[in-house]
Amino acid sequence: MKRILKQAVFYAALLAVWVIVAKLKIWPPYVFPEPWGVWESLKAGFADHSFWIAIGVSMKRIAVGYGISVVLGVVLGLMIASSKFLEETLGGLLVSLQSLPSICWLPLAVLWFGLTEKAILFVVIMGSVLSITIAMEDGRHQMPKIYSMAGRNLGARGLKLFYFVLLPASLPYLVSGLKQGWAFAWRSLISGEMIFVSLGLGQLLMMGRDLNDMSQVIAVMILIVAIGYIVDALVFRLVERRLQEKWGLLPAA
Amino acid sequence: MHKLNNATKLTDLSRVRSEHRRLGPTVAGVTSVAVVPRPASAKLTLQKVSQRYQSPHNGQLLALDNIELSVGAGEFVCIVGPSGCGKSTLLHIIAGLTHPAAGEVFLDGKPVQGAGTDRILIFQDLGLFPWLTVAQNVEFGMRMAGMSKNERREKARNYLRLVHLANFEDNYVHQLSGGMKQRVALARALATEPDVLLMDEPFAALDAQTRDLLHDELERIWAETGSTIVFVTHNVREAVRLGDRVVLLTFRPGRVKTEFHVNLPRPRHLEDVDVAQMARDIHDELRDEINKSLEAEYRHETHP
Repeated sequence: MKRILKQAVFYAALLAVWVIVAKLKIWPPYVFPEPWGVWESLKAGFADHSFWIAIGVSMKRIAVGYGISVVLGVVLGLMIASSKFLEETLGGLLVSLQSLPSICWLPLAVLWFGLTEKAILFVVIMGSVLSITIAMEDGRHQMPKIYSMAGRNLGARGLKLFYFVLLPASLPYLVSGLKQGWAFAWRSLISGEMIFVSLGLGQLLMMGRDLNDMSQVIAVMILIVAIGYIVDALVFRLVERRLQEKWGLLPAA
Repeated sequence: MHKLNNATKLTDLSRVRSEHRRLGPTVAGVTSVAVVPRPASAKLTLQKVSQRYQSPHNGQLLALDNIELSVGAGEFVCIVGPSGCGKSTLLHIIAGLTHPAAGEVFLDGKPVQGAGTDRILIFQDLGLFPWLTVAQNVEFGMRMAGMSKNERREKARNYLRLVHLANFEDNYVHQLSGGMKQRVALARALATEPDVLLMDEPFAALDAQTRDLLHDELERIWAETGSTIVFVTHNVREAVRLGDRVVLLTFRPGRVKTEFHVNLPRPRHLEDVDVAQMARDIHDELRDEINKSLEAEYRHETHP
């Protein structure tokens, strides 16, 4: 309860500073809008459905792109973890590639796929697959050996061993990577959507810039942050909580 | 109660056993206290099993040296030795989770290849799956074997009843006490209906009362299911309490030093005078090995 109060005070203060700075009129409103200008933009955006459409388009893309990333990352991570050769070669390459901002893949994606859906998906996948792969590899290494031994002992082989033992056993280690991968995928998606008429949230941002409509830009930014936060809170925190309960990792209540 | 100190005789245990069958347990200069039916055929045979491992200091170390062991069907064999004698390694080799550097393991006369549900190992740390409920843990082996959901649920219930955990089937593992986890591991192992049950110091971490209780339960379940059990422990009294036979391993490299047939009537108790007496005898044999183990540890501490 106390925490919520602190947060309320903090955001109220932030809003107050915003209002004061806007009221001082140091910059014109199209450069530095007042809060209710942004509020109006938000209302208008939802009223004419343009925000809903953008959210729908972006969510569909992230679902496909992130989905592919998860499957690819898990398989790749397990492969690397189970082969010394791959670990020393591909593993090292992936770690160094991780320092590359995902937007750097965009020129390449545009050359390969043109200004298409595929180019955006490619950037999303490249943005998130690495952290999932590395987390899976780590998870496979950190996972106590006894689970795979017990699994083999009880008759689990090959794919069954992977699906019924290795995957669930590494989930607590994997989940942070999945979370990070999601954040990276979301960022990459927005950057990717900015470059052409893509109907997503990223394009709405650029449209605001083109129309010199700072209110809309900030409104869309708030939307992007809000969606990121909601997915994190609803999906990942729930998954984490559920895992901790099952595994008994929660501190005793 | 008798003691077989003759290593050459032990290398051919099947012969010893068949003599037992024909002549009763008074062969080999032995006076028996009680007649324990000795199984005729060898269920499990280890032939010249050796294992090496890489030591950080002195290159390759011999962990197990030419282990010869034969376990009859339905027999309860306890393996005792000081820490570092390769007891656990031996069980891992029997379970097929580790390949021996030399030698072979035979089950019903056939060499074993890799892990199989005919030999289930209960690990020292149990290895219960925390992401599954108690019932799902017990069902795991049957699920891997492709048994239908209803059938395996039914069987899991039976095995949970056998270990007195019927009311906990929907709990997760971390919600159970140490003794209860042990019993889940036992139920999970039994549910695959293994030919041989391998137990690696399963009760070492338990308090005395829980351990006593589990000794009773294990003995009862062993009698009910007719399982063949190879039980590793460093606790000599526990070995005498449970085993038909106690096999003594030497310290590094692990070799079979001596064997003791425990012909005491069952059910036994840890506090029984006979159990205590025999444990003392075995302990006298073991003392040298324990000293060697302690010396090695001491050397390691002073000259790392």
